[in-house]
Amino acid sequence: MNPRRKKRMFTIIAVLLGIGSAIGLTLYALQENINLFYTPSELIEGKGPNKEKPFVGQKLRIGGMVVPGSVVRNEESLDVEFKLIDTGPLVTIRYHGILPDLFREGQGIVAQGVLIEPNVIEAFEVLAKHDEEYMPADVAEAVKGIKHEKPKYNLNNGGY
Amino acid sequence: MIAELGYLSLTLALAFAILLSVYPMYGAVKGNLRLMQSAPSFALAQFIFTALSFGILIYVTLIDDFTVAYVASHSSTTLPWYYKVTSTWGGHEGAVLLWVLMQTGWTAIVAFASKSLPWQLRARVLSILGFLGLGFILYTLLMSSPFERLLPYYPIEGHDLNPLLQDPGMIIHPPLLYMGYVGLSVSFAFAIAALLMGKLDNTWAKWSRPWTMAAWLFLTLGITIGSWWAYAELGWGGWWFWDPVENASLMPWLVATALIHSLAVTEKRGVFKSWTVLLAIAAFSLTLLGTFIVRSGIIVSVHAFTTDPGRGSFILSFLAIVVGGSLLLYGLRAGTVESTSRYKLFSREVALWLNNLLLCVATLIVLLGTLLPMVHKELGMGTISIGVPFFNQMFFYLLVPFSLLLGLGPMLRWKQNQYSHLMKKLVGALVVTTVITFAWLYSSYENVSTTTLVGVFFALWVCLTGAIDLLEKLSKEGASIAKLGNSFWAMHTAHLGFACVVLGVTLTSAYSVEKQVKVNPGEQVQLNDYSYRFEGVKVVTVFKDNQKVTELYAEKRQYDVGMQVMTEAAIDAKLSRDLYLALGEQLSNGAWALRIYEKPFVRWMWLGGFLMAFAGLFMMLDKRYRRKTAVAAEVKGVTA
Repeated sequence: MNPRRKKRMFTIIAVLLGIGSAIGLTLYALQENINLFYTPSELIEGKGPNKEKPFVGQKLRIGGMVVPGSVVRNEESLDVEFKLIDTGPLVTIRYHGILPDLFREGQGIVAQGVLIEPNVIEAFEVLAKHDEEYMPADVAEAVKGIKHEKPKYNLNNGGY
Repeated sequence: MIAELGYLSLTLALAFAILLSVYPMYGAVKGNLRLMQSAPSFALAQFIFTALSFGILIYVTLIDDFTVAYVASHSSTTLPWYYKVTSTWGGHEGAVLLWVLMQTGWTAIVAFASKSLPWQLRARVLSILGFLGLGFILYTLLMSSPFERLLPYYPIEGHDLNPLLQDPGMIIHPPLLYMGYVGLSVSFAFAIAALLMGKLDNTWAKWSRPWTMAAWLFLTLGITIGSWWAYAELGWGGWWFWDPVENASLMPWLVATALIHSLAVTEKRGVFKSWTVLLAIAAFSLTLLGTFIVRSGIIVSVHAFTTDPGRGSFILSFLAIVVGGSLLLYGLRAGTVESTSRYKLFSREVALWLNNLLLCVATLIVLLGTLLPMVHKELGMGTISIGVPFFNQMFFYLLVPFSLLLGLGPMLRWKQNQYSHLMKKLVGALVVTTVITFAWLYSSYENVSTTTLVGVFFALWVCLTGAIDLLEKLSKEGASIAKLGNSFWAMHTAHLGFACVVLGVTLTSAYSVEKQVKVNPGEQVQLNDYSYRFEGVKVVTVFKDNQKVTELYAEKRQYDVGMQVMTEAAIDAKLSRDLYLALGEQLSNGAWALRIYEKPFVRWMWLGGFLMAFAGLFMMLDKRYRRKTAVAAEVKGVTA
């Protein structure tokens, strides 16, 4: 093979290898790290047209309003438990650690964690936005139905 | 009245932007020198009127004119004057105006620092910059004017600046970042002008290089300071969250990094020409895409900005025009470009080509991780989020080949190399690096994970191979520190910076310890070698081996105007570790929740960022970019 061809071949092989491994690794990493977002009712009743429920042990995100009066602190440690609501059922969130500054009862929050019982989540992260009037967009949509509504041309594919 | 003058002044700037984008370009096409020569004056006028407009915004903020909606919602009478000034870019409208100011500012600088360029090129570059300025000014005037009034009912007190933004980091972080974004538009303009003229040669690369370097330098500084600000201000000890807004700044940075390397090859060797042009286009397009992501409200992020669908569509259309137009031009012209020299497989060219490839893959990964949740939601498949581990994992995979090459690259020569000579050095470096890595980690830490080993190994590998290269070049006959040239030193400094970042990230990720506890006044908490005594609200005394190390003041601050509570973290910083304390909520009986972190080597990350930025500055000061007259390319360079 002449050097020019050899170079070209190397280039092509390198590119293919690069693309192949990049795609492979990316898909693998993606598969492990996509977290679905649920609202409390979706968590209990199922999400989407097929009413798919998360399985116990699944990592997920949940967003809802903290039920007033539901926050229970452990006297000895920083364990805290509270309930989230949107329109119907309640979901219990357990968390160990310091809650964000703007965590309040009656406010919208997003928690990330693992489903340990069908309606209990062990959260490793609780987020409340740094703004008084703020409610995470996901939650606002789910709780109050406030949404930047796009014109819907097809009524069959709505997931909400 | 004065606010309306600000708007009027911006309208005048728009007029000059239109003139700038039309006349010099027309002149360049027709070969009319007088029209081409009008460019610098238009550029200057555009800048002066934008600056006036921005000055007026600062003025109305300083005099607390709450009839101006923007001032009412982002400032208050209680703010000190310097935060009043920063509040002018604390919100969307003001930030955009700042962006416009920088855009026109860069254009003016280019206009007057490009005297050595032939008029044909100079006029085109300025015209393209004028067109971009036109887009941004139009956006400000139509979609996000900070001069709107709240009349007749206006508040007597402003809504205050978000407490998170009341920090010195916030004063400089956005301007630096915008300088970087806007700076990339200069590389873009150079690339497009060169495409238009059909003259993609080493000379073009040489002219474009210092400007690209300047943009990269500002981006690097902006990102580094942003990360530091997040760490110090957000109170959870994190320094990078893979948040869409952060990703929006990282993508242009990655491509710009690829671009400065590729420009070096184009300047020195006359190859990769069309690739370099494509990168220049991509870098600027990504800044626009980033703007779209951040400003359109399509993604919700911690760095929330006001959202408005109309703004999104404007930016998207502008993005479509700029990207579509430039790619079309690229498609028409790039095919005609021929590389002028040849190189072998085992050469610096190929190493740099791989560097570019890896950086582009990294960019694509960030892009995928940022856009996928959006696409997923738009397709009606529900809301998802992509976890931080995805990015970390992917960047870890990329780190391996990237750093391996980074160590190897500077040792390689252009065109071709002999394996045998190099192999000896490389094997030596490999052995030494491995030994140091294992010896260091196993003597200092109990648990050593593979990830840590790999990270530290490559950080040291980059340092060691760099040192070998340095010594070798210095030991050559007739070599001296000065003779090696700025670019050579800049390259090694930047690579050292990269090594510092890798080291810092690896060690702080692996060995940071965290404790969240409930503390009563007088109670002592032990974490690693340090014990922390809570003395009552705010004060924590830190001891090591019963010796007092320091006193830390972690605070909770209540901001009156917005009724917000903010955590003020207390940090005791050293090169080897940070002690980081943040107060949580107040519990019963005077007890508080307290969060304690010990973060080893976290400073190295920012140190690395600053080193890279410094390297960029050093490279820009190279003599060869300051010659008055345009000289033909020096093809026979040794350094990149």
